[in-house]
Parts: sequence; C-alpha cells; structure tokens
Amino acid sequence: MSFISYLINGISLGSVYAIIALGYTMVYGIAKMLNFAHGDVIMVGGFTIFFAVSMQGLPPMIGILLAVVLCTLLGITIEYIAYRPLRQAASSLAVLITAIGVSYFLQNMALLIFGANTKAFTSVVTVPAIKLAEGQIIISGETIVTIISCIVIMIGLTLFINKTKAGQAMLAVSEDKGAAQLMGINVNGTISLTFAIGSALAAIAGMLLCSAYPSLTPYTGSMPGIKAFVAAVFGGIGSIPGALIGGIVLGVIEILGKAYISSQMADAIVFLVLIVVLLVKPTGILGKKIQEKV
Amino acid sequence: MKGLKLSKNVKDNLITYGIVILAYLIMEIMIKTGHISSLLQGLLVPLCVYVILAVSLNLTVGILGELSLGHAGFMCVGAFAGAFFSRYMQDVIEVSLLRFVIAILIGALSAGIVGFLIGMPVLRLRGDYLAIVTLAFGEIIKNIINVLYVGKDANGLHFSTKDSMSLGLMEDGDVIINGAQGITGTPKDATFTIGIILIIITLVIVLNLIHSRDGRAIMSIRDNLIAAESVGINITKYKLMAFSVSAALAGMAGVLYSHNLSSLMATPKNFGYNMSIMILVFVVLGGIGNIRGSIISAVILTLLPELLRGLSNYRMLIYSIVLIVMMLFNWSPKLINLRKKYSLKRLLKKTGEVQ
Repeated sequence: MSFISYLINGISLGSVYAIIALGYTMVYGIAKMLNFAHGDVIMVGGFTIFFAVSMQGLPPMIGILLAVVLCTLLGITIEYIAYRPLRQAASSLAVLITAIGVSYFLQNMALLIFGANTKAFTSVVTVPAIKLAEGQIIISGETIVTIISCIVIMIGLTLFINKTKAGQAMLAVSEDKGAAQLMGINVNGTISLTFAIGSALAAIAGMLLCSAYPSLTPYTGSMPGIKAFVAAVFGGIGSIPGALIGGIVLGVIEILGKAYISSQMADAIVFLVLIVVLLVKPTGILGKKIQEKV
Repeated sequence: MKGLKLSKNVKDNLITYGIVILAYLIMEIMIKTGHISSLLQGLLVPLCVYVILAVSLNLTVGILGELSLGHAGFMCVGAFAGAFFSRYMQDVIEVSLLRFVIAILIGALSAGIVGFLIGMPVLRLRGDYLAIVTLAFGEIIKNIINVLYVGKDANGLHFSTKDSMSLGLMEDGDVIINGAQGITGTPKDATFTIGIILIIITLVIVLNLIHSRDGRAIMSIRDNLIAAESVGINITKYKLMAFSVSAALAGMAGVLYSHNLSSLMATPKNFGYNMSIMILVFVVLGGIGNIRGSIISAVILTLLPELLRGLSNYRMLIYSIVLIVMMLFNWSPKLINLRKKYSLKRLLKKTGEVQ
C-alpha cells in the first residue's frame, strides 16, 4: 500500500515538474536557448502569493491571479532586456551566461527583500483529501488539484498551439525564424508571447509547489527548475507531450528513490537519469533528431 | 631590445608573471611593515584559491569554449582528497611542507581523474546540455561526499555510506570523513607564499598549454568544430585534455582551500552551484579567454566587497548585474556597433582629421 501512495506522490510532484518543463520546452523550441531564470520565476510566483495571501490577507484566488500577472510581466521584461539584444549574437555562450545572471539576480533580489529565513507558506488549496482503501491511502487536496491542473494545462496548451493563429505562429517561428518573418509573422512578438505563457505557467507551478511543500526561500525555485529541465530533456526538448511524460517519470523516480534508496541521494539519482538519457538518446523520448549542417 | 628578441606571446606571458610576483612582493612588504589589517591577511589565501579557480575555469570556458557549471565540484574533490590525505598522514609525515606538497599532488590528481572520467561521456554534448550536465555532476559529487563516512583504525580504512557507527571502528579508531560534518582538524598548512607559488604553477601550465600546438588545436575546436575535425584534429582527445587539466587545477585550488580551514564541509555555499557561478563571474568580467583578466577580476571582486563592508549584502546582486551587463555590452550586435561608433580611437581620429 505504501508503494501506491509513493506512486501517487510521485505523479503529483511529476505534474509540477511537467508544468515547469513546459515553460522550458516552449522557450527552448522557439528561442533555442536554455532559460536558466525559469526556475526563479517560480520562486517569484511563490513569494507573490505569500505576500498577498499570508501578509496582506487577500483571498487566495486574487493572490494567484496577481502572481500569474506579475510573472507574465516579469517573463516578458526579462526577454526584452536580457535575451532579445543577444539573439543575433555570435556566441551561444553569451545568452546562456546572461540567463544565469538573470537567475542569480532574481534570487538575490528576493534575498534582499524577504531575507534568507524560510517562510512558512500556507497552502492555498481548500479541496478536501480523499481516503481510499479504508483510509490506507490518503490523497491530499494538493495532489488532486496539481494533477487536475496539469491535465487541464496540457490540453489547453495543445489546443492553443494547434487551433489558434498565435499557436501556429509559434510553430512556424520554431521551425524557421527567417521564413516565418517573410510570411508576415511578428517574430519578436511571438517569442514574447512564448515567454509570457511559460512564465504564467511558472507562477501556477510555484503555487502548486509551495502548497505541496510549504516552505519558501529565495532558492526554492532553482532545484525544481533544474529538475524540470531534466524532465524536458528526458521527454524530448521542444515537445509538449514529452514534457508531460518526462515530468511524471522524473517525479516518480525521485519519490521512489527517496523512499527506497536514500533520501540524501535522491537529487543525485535524478541527475544520473539525465546523464544516462543524454548519453543514450540525446534527443529524449519524443524528440526529433536534428542533423548539424556545415 | 638588444639582440634579445622576444615574441609577442612570451612578452605577454612575462607581463602576467610579473604582475603576480610584483603583487606578492608588495603584499609581503606590507605584511612585514604591518600596513595590513588582519582581515585582509585572512583573505590572502582565499584570494589565491579564487585566482587559480578563475584561471582554470577560463581554460574550459575561454579556450575550449564550453560552459562548465561544475567547477566547484572538482574543487570539492581536490579539497576532500587533499584534506583526507593530510589527516591520514598527520602522524606519519611530520614535515608539514612535504605533507602539503604530496596532498596538493593527490588533490590535483584525483580531481583530474574525476574530470577525465566525467569528461569522457559529457564532452560529447555541446552548449546548454553540457552546461546542465556539468552542473548535475557538481551536485552529485557534493551529494556523494555528504553521505560518505571514512574512518581508520589499526586494521586500516573503513568505509560506509550510512553513519559513523556502522564503520565498525576499534577503540582507537578515528573518523576522518564524517558525512555531512566533513573533515575536521585538517592541519593549517596553507600560506600566502605557497598560494602564490601555486598560482605561478597554474599560469605556467595554462599559458604553455595555450601557446602550444595542443592549445591551438583546442582553440580550433572552439572556433569551428566541424572544420577542426575535417583537418584531422582528434576532437575527443583535445577536449578531454583541456577539461581534465582544468579540473586538476581546480582540485589543486581545493587543496589550498581545505588546508586554510580547520573544518571542511561540503555545503552548497562553498562547493555548490553558487561557487561555480562566482568563478564564472570572475572569468566573464576578466574577459573570456583572457588569462590575465581572470587574475585581475578575481582579485578585485574578492577584495572590493570585503573592503567596502556596507556593500557585502549587495555583493551577489552586484555580481549578477555585472554578469548581465558584461554579456550585453560585449555580445549584443547593437551595442557592439554603438561602441565602435563612439570608441576612443575613432573620436581621436576624428579630431585629428578636423585639425
């Protein structure tokens, strides 16, 4: 029985990873860059909700809305200031280092504003827990909300990309920027939109993550962020169903590793998965193989 | 120049060595005459550590052209290997200098071997993937050391990954690596002079490598991998060479670091991701690929926040802004054009034309 509850916990954690991984995968697919600061946008979302709900006493829904709006604006601003000027740069290293700088900046800004102490985050989820098998398996309200929101987001995003003009524009830009521009697509606008969606998802992920693991520090986002990137790579970067599969598999591996192997080594196990995947199938489960041309 | 004709490279290298030796002499004179605060004296060895780390990371980032975010992990390997040796041999080798030299060799060698082993699979990747995998390896190394327990007694060494009790030591046993508590009681053998000597050794290795045939091969891989491969350069060999030399030098810095502290723990603060980023900031500010720049920026960025005490809270924030601004300024095509338009050279030329 304990195995099943570990599995459910794993799927729940994996759903959060999947939502974060979506942000990575979309940005990577379009801008061809690793947005290192994505994990820290999660943290900003968490702190916004903490500030609005726990400190100002606003209702949770308004707090979540506020976090989504703020993170969306943050994502667009980061892209505009830090990444856009470097899009034509000769070195791909440049934009990666800038992204690390942005990540570091957000962490230290939060450190200055909120301090290094761990904040107790009160869960904003009010759904009651479900008891199964005569109370042997308890599925918490957070788990239910997380899994449901993950499914809703996946379906919504797939529909958005395949059925709307803006979504088709995203696909076109990720395929070939120059050709998309010639077809009259606003490339900069489309990339901004991608960052906006990714960051809004990060805010939701921040809410879910902090509700499930109710402690908040300026570094809350960095580890889940990196693991979500691992999930994105695992599933095949650039692929939306890949992010879902990668996220859930990784979440399950992490929770089972924590339970059965060693709680201290859980992070190491996750990273080991990444290394093995990259060595065996660098394009991930659902990724497309791209041949480098001279 | 009478008779003695030096090539540009040699001259350049001599200037770099000269700066280090001059800085050393000035510091020594200031210490002897007592013009230096105890706070600054305590910073001298860490300063040497950071300089070595910055120079060695520049070998990977600047010369090989791959971003490694696990440099602190190699430093961690070196620090623990060196400190372990010193603790183990504390009663056997009485001469502290000899013991320290062997510890440095062991630390550098073990970090180099780890670098080689990690490099073999990892260097097949490029760019973002390589960065994230090196980051992952850095975290794994830290995690492993945090669950490692090693003790010694009359029967030899005992290993465990559970706790110090399960080592099964005898009465006279001594726990050397105590899991998350790390190594305590490392002899404080590191001095400023040894630090400077290590910097010079690092510089000799790195500068000679860069200006050798091997170094040019490494740089050709950085500039164009496919072209380098097609003229018959063994990509794997040269990538591994640069990567493991860089790791070994980081390990050496780690040994110096560990012998400056009485207790050594693998915390996120000293061997984590943040440390790797800090070293990267040194390299970026000094100029990617510019060895002398790395030395200077490591010194400035270490001393400045310590001297301006009020800024210490903002230190990391300033680092991050430095990172972003430097990158935008150096690589953004628009800013490059702007810089060319208003560069000092051109302004001087213009005024010349007017006259």
